[in-house]
Amino acid sequence: MAQMTIAEALRQAIREEMQRDERVFCVGEDIGIEGGFGGAFTVTLGLSDEFGHERILDTPISETAIAGIAIGAAVAGMRPIADVQYGDFLFCMMDQLANQAAKLRYMSGGTLSVPMVMRAPVGATARGAQHAQSLEAFFTHIPGLKVVAPATAYDAKGLLKSAVRDDNPVLIFEHKLLYGSKGARSEKGALSPVGEVPDEEYLVPLGEGVIRRRGKNVTIVATLLMLYRALGAAETLSRQGIEAEVIDPRTLVPLDKELILGSVRKTGRLVVVEEDNLTNGWGAEIAAIVADEAFNWLDAPLKRVAAPDVPPPFAPVLEREYVPSEQKIVDAVLSIM
Amino acid sequence: MDNENRSEIPLEALPPQELLLRMYRRMFLIRRFEERVNELYMEGRIPSTLHLYIGQEAVATGVCANLGEGDYVLSTHRPHGHSLAKGVAPRAIMAELFGKATGCCKGKGGSMHVGDITQGVLPAIAIVGANVPIAAGTALAAKMQKTGGVTVCFFGDGASNEGAWHEGLNVAAVWDLPVIFVCENNLYAASTSFSKTFKIQNVAERANAYGIPGVVVDGNDVLQVFNTAKAAVERARGGMGPTLIECMTYRQCGHSRSDPRTYRTREEEDAWKELDPIPHYRAWLIDQGRAEATALSRLESEVEQTIQDAIAFAEASPEPTAGDIYQGVFKE
Repeated sequence: MAQMTIAEALRQAIREEMQRDERVFCVGEDIGIEGGFGGAFTVTLGLSDEFGHERILDTPISETAIAGIAIGAAVAGMRPIADVQYGDFLFCMMDQLANQAAKLRYMSGGTLSVPMVMRAPVGATARGAQHAQSLEAFFTHIPGLKVVAPATAYDAKGLLKSAVRDDNPVLIFEHKLLYGSKGARSEKGALSPVGEVPDEEYLVPLGEGVIRRRGKNVTIVATLLMLYRALGAAETLSRQGIEAEVIDPRTLVPLDKELILGSVRKTGRLVVVEEDNLTNGWGAEIAAIVADEAFNWLDAPLKRVAAPDVPPPFAPVLEREYVPSEQKIVDAVLSIM
Repeated sequence: MDNENRSEIPLEALPPQELLLRMYRRMFLIRRFEERVNELYMEGRIPSTLHLYIGQEAVATGVCANLGEGDYVLSTHRPHGHSLAKGVAPRAIMAELFGKATGCCKGKGGSMHVGDITQGVLPAIAIVGANVPIAAGTALAAKMQKTGGVTVCFFGDGASNEGAWHEGLNVAAVWDLPVIFVCENNLYAASTSFSKTFKIQNVAERANAYGIPGVVVDGNDVLQVFNTAKAAVERARGGMGPTLIECMTYRQCGHSRSDPRTYRTREEEDAWKELDPIPHYRAWLIDQGRAEATALSRLESEVEQTIQDAIAFAEASPEPTAGDIYQGVFKE
């Protein structure tokens, strides 16, 4: 059992998959340059030494091309892992993802598949509005794409390996404050959740959530950085006699609906926490599912804790107001108890 | 147009006799297929809009005659001709246009997305220019897998004003990918003329910006297209990277079904009809002693039969069932 940061766990997952399957390769900006960064957050650091530049492909700054290359290569039998430097750049390649990657299989009558992975860092980290968004919700709305959001090193490795082996386009959203990147690429204010990662091979299946903390009074659903805030809030609430059950869905598409519904049927209360803007976030979808399928078990209104409907601001005091805090989660829970 | 680039592709000897006739058959098949499809549409027997390939047959035919198994074709919103030229079955395409379960996309694609991956034709991509980066991807796969396969990416003149086009061409050039970019310059991006949207004379000039050869050919001359594509395909297979071929041609019909063509003159259309690729090639075959008129007529009636059979097949085929809507989103 090794102790790893999420960046190290992701790197190990890529390494193992590339060793296992010669169809797997990485493509992106600044991922394999000698003397470079190993991607913006060091995930691919050193991999070009191990696998060569034929399998760790550095591209021009051309996000549309990166996506198109991944799509075409996947259709033609490869297993690309594309690196998006910042999640916000997904908008540059939106046509490729929404119109091409997501639809090609369907348009073909199910006769081809697009087994590609797209890794994208998200989260507000003092970079202002264009290197900060949490974009998961956008992609949950597009049929044909899978959406993954790992919050621990164990999950990061196991989910990425599953994504590489999945026969569909999978977007993996990684939080900048959770990478545990070291050296010059480390992030101020990062949580750096180092976790135990087994030496032996394992996979974390897409579509299985996990209960991170058991409780009987309220269900809190959260991913990525918000998971840690939710767990912190749960400790605060526990001191007030409120035991929160904290669920990490781990993947948003496919969604482990039953895990959430089962918990809500037990607790009767739901708070969903996400770093994305409030309106039409994935939290709204979970709230709708619960209202639809567990209404009779509910003892209180559903609550969403999310960023307000403004772009991510720069000034630290504003950013702290933007990203949901433990206190906001505590307040949301208390408001429905 | 850079003469140095142009001279890199020498005019080859004539293709073998059998191929000469096969190319005529393909061109005639595409023409008659499109004409019959148009009639069926006007009779209300098939849904959708249509972007017909009439007038541009020499391009798809001449290029695809150089392709085989293991080669990929990326197509556009005007895709019937590309699919037919690469060998997708007329029955499967026709059934797709009818929205039938037996169509090449099982009724999920329609006119703008026909293709058949078993023939190397991806479902046609109807977002202009979006197929270019994907073509770089299929070409990269062939290069990594060392299959020797090439990718042909068809697009119109209008596509070369899309950002995706430039990103795709650049990365394909930088990585020497085995891809042939085939611009079908039919002088109009929908209703907007070439001169309104380009400060240059030819799309092929843009090849210079990416360090690859750019060639302009008469897109209505199937032999010229064939020979130019042949050299580009050989170059790509040899690991020398992409070529941009600009085929000057003309769509004899409107952009789509609802297009009255009021943005261009009947005189211009008549002039281009004089340059119709099919009667020209037919006359050439006879004049050069490559084919008897009677043999060509026989071939033409066989093609009519093929199309009639495709229509009958499509009409007799079942529609998808409502439950099929859920099939094919994800691969399990």
